[in-house]
Amino acid sequence: MSNFMHWFIIIISVGSFLGCLWLIWSTSKPRKGEAAQGEETGHTWDGDLAEYNNPLPRWWLWLFYITIVFGLGYMAFYPALGKFAGTGKWTQVKQYENEMQAADDKYGKLFKQYAAQPIPQLASNTAAMKTGQRLFINYCSTCHGSDAGGAIGFPSLKDRDWLYGSSPEAIKTSILDGRSGNMPPMAASLGGEQGVDEVAHYVMSLSGAPHDASKATAGKARFVVCAGCHGLEGKGNQAIGAPNLTDDIWLYRGSIGAVKKAIIEGRAGNMPGHREFLGEQKSHVIAAYIYSLSQ
Amino acid sequence: MDTQTTYNYKVVRQFAVMTVVWGIVGMLVGVIIAAQLVWPQLNFDLPWLSYGRLRPLHTNAVIFAFGGSALFATSYYVVQRTCQARLLSDKLAAFTFWGWTLIILLAAVSLPLGLTSGKEYAELEWPIDILIAVVWVVYAIVFFGTVLKRKTPHIYVANWFFGAFIITVAILHIVNSAALPISMMKSYSAYAGTIDAMVQWWYGHNAVGFFLTAGFLGIMYYFVPKQAGRPVFSYRLSVVHFWSLISIYMWAGPHHLHYTALPDWTQSLGMAFSLLLLAPSWGGMINGIMTLSGAWHKLRTDPILKFMIVSLSFYGMSTFEGPMMSIKTVNALSHYTEWTIGHVHSGALGWVAMVSIGAIYALIPHLFGRKQMYSIKLIDTHFWVSTIGVVLYIVSMWIAGVMQGLMWRAFNADGTLTYSFVESLERMYPYYIVRLLGGGLFFFGMLIMAYNMWKTIAGSEPADEAVAQTA
Repeated sequence: MSNFMHWFIIIISVGSFLGCLWLIWSTSKPRKGEAAQGEETGHTWDGDLAEYNNPLPRWWLWLFYITIVFGLGYMAFYPALGKFAGTGKWTQVKQYENEMQAADDKYGKLFKQYAAQPIPQLASNTAAMKTGQRLFINYCSTCHGSDAGGAIGFPSLKDRDWLYGSSPEAIKTSILDGRSGNMPPMAASLGGEQGVDEVAHYVMSLSGAPHDASKATAGKARFVVCAGCHGLEGKGNQAIGAPNLTDDIWLYRGSIGAVKKAIIEGRAGNMPGHREFLGEQKSHVIAAYIYSLSQ
Repeated sequence: MDTQTTYNYKVVRQFAVMTVVWGIVGMLVGVIIAAQLVWPQLNFDLPWLSYGRLRPLHTNAVIFAFGGSALFATSYYVVQRTCQARLLSDKLAAFTFWGWTLIILLAAVSLPLGLTSGKEYAELEWPIDILIAVVWVVYAIVFFGTVLKRKTPHIYVANWFFGAFIITVAILHIVNSAALPISMMKSYSAYAGTIDAMVQWWYGHNAVGFFLTAGFLGIMYYFVPKQAGRPVFSYRLSVVHFWSLISIYMWAGPHHLHYTALPDWTQSLGMAFSLLLLAPSWGGMINGIMTLSGAWHKLRTDPILKFMIVSLSFYGMSTFEGPMMSIKTVNALSHYTEWTIGHVHSGALGWVAMVSIGAIYALIPHLFGRKQMYSIKLIDTHFWVSTIGVVLYIVSMWIAGVMQGLMWRAFNADGTLTYSFVESLERMYPYYIVRLLGGGLFFFGMLIMAYNMWKTIAGSEPADEAVAQTA
């Protein structure tokens, strides 16, 4: 903040407070030749509109003075007047850090203890799983649902089907560092509309969904292009999060239309990382909770 | 006939009738979105009926269409009668009516279509914003032009407030709406990030302070003493609370941005000034209520006066609640909860709508050459229906808001949050239903008013009173 702004803020804000005092003081003073208290001022409008020259109510004046004194005191104690930090040296960042520190002191021990236990062991600790559920509901349910059942584009976490593997480490990595599941648009490399149609029917056939058998047969040959990620048998690849196409579990709906859309436009799934936000220890408890759901 | 010998009541009549019409429209949309919060399927999966588009339609309709029409009607009436002068120009006055009507219709189409600048209470896109600025400047010309040609030596206190409201709303609107258009119906704010937020809430809070407070205090200062047949309680109080109110309101905006990216110093200043606003606000309430002292018995027979005294009570209550909610510690609990919605409606329904309703009831007979409204009993019914409606609305939102705030900050023994967001939402249902009922009652009251107004006007001759000649 420039010196000019600093003084500008101080002058107009303190000035406004003092201006109020001056206003009260100058208005309270009796003027020469004015009506007596309780009398009308002598002006009339629209026939019968008049005004009494009553004094300012005393209790109201006191209320005004109190707020003026309080306000000036507040601006001296808290940061308000430009660069002046206030005698209390309060900042909202400090308040936040203090509250977080206090919470950490109080609850940190418990989470440290949980973090020391391997995930499969923690998953059978009832109290820890209760905690894990509360954390899940507050931080994960927006996308994955309160029951972890997922939604279109957001995988179910309780169905034993894993995009990135079922190991405790894989789950925890997903939470800490996030995941980015990208499928590029494939229409061009599949030979256009016809190719897309055939491959889509082949993909449907992999999980036994209704499909056109002749198209599926033609699509099988073209599927080689897809095999780089989804594997020759369409069983996916957990190293890169390519979904298994043979298990009738669908991230983006299992209809011929949705499959075609995925092939033509590609898909981009993105789970944000929570390392900064939740930290290692809480993520550990949530990972154990998610792990417990499919045990 | 020489038109300069009569007051221009035509434009007053137009705005007065439209006040009731827009009140019904705006409150109906409010009732619909209140119902959608209980039964979300009521948006019928249609984008233009979705909550996100109807909510700005509701706020714009009640604030600018209903409240705006009430302000136009009363300010044009009051400025003529207290200045003993016909409006500066009939043509310009008519332009403000048709211009304002066009703006409202454009809003009613563009907001459901999803065309929005995304700024709360300033959602309309740039071409409409320009039209608002033009109409508003013409309004200022008509109003101040009339004040300038007044035949009375002094300017009546109601006109101070109307004047402050007109000038400030022009400044607020033009500064906050500054934007870079990229097409006919899309623009981006001229400000970035935190500064944009601060400009928005400087506008937002002063829209409350000047549109919804100063303007309606103008209404109060004319219609309360008129209806009570008593002089204004204290001229001195008028002076102190006018100048302090209009100078301090300007500073209160930052309390909408407590505990955000807004710098600490700005937040603290906003809070100190918000607390300082308590006494100036109460000055208006005291002046209004004390004007009635000596005429309390009239409350038994005059439901219009009842509307006014209750509106002043709600004004006092919500201007006490506001400074309290601006205190950081309280705000940490109340912000983002239904409490804010309750606070807004105790001001908007309890104060703004009720003082407007009272003023329009007082005004209509004068404008149509009737001795009084068609049915005084129906005014009384309207009074009770809307008072019960407001109370149900506010109380349900208080309980809901405090409950929400407490649920969001409740911790378990392991440090996790006790409730998920959805759990707090689930607990809102009973209160949302009571709110819907309260809002529905208030809306029903407007229908009673429309019927009463219709019966009063039907078969009447428009009245145009002669300009008073005594000074």
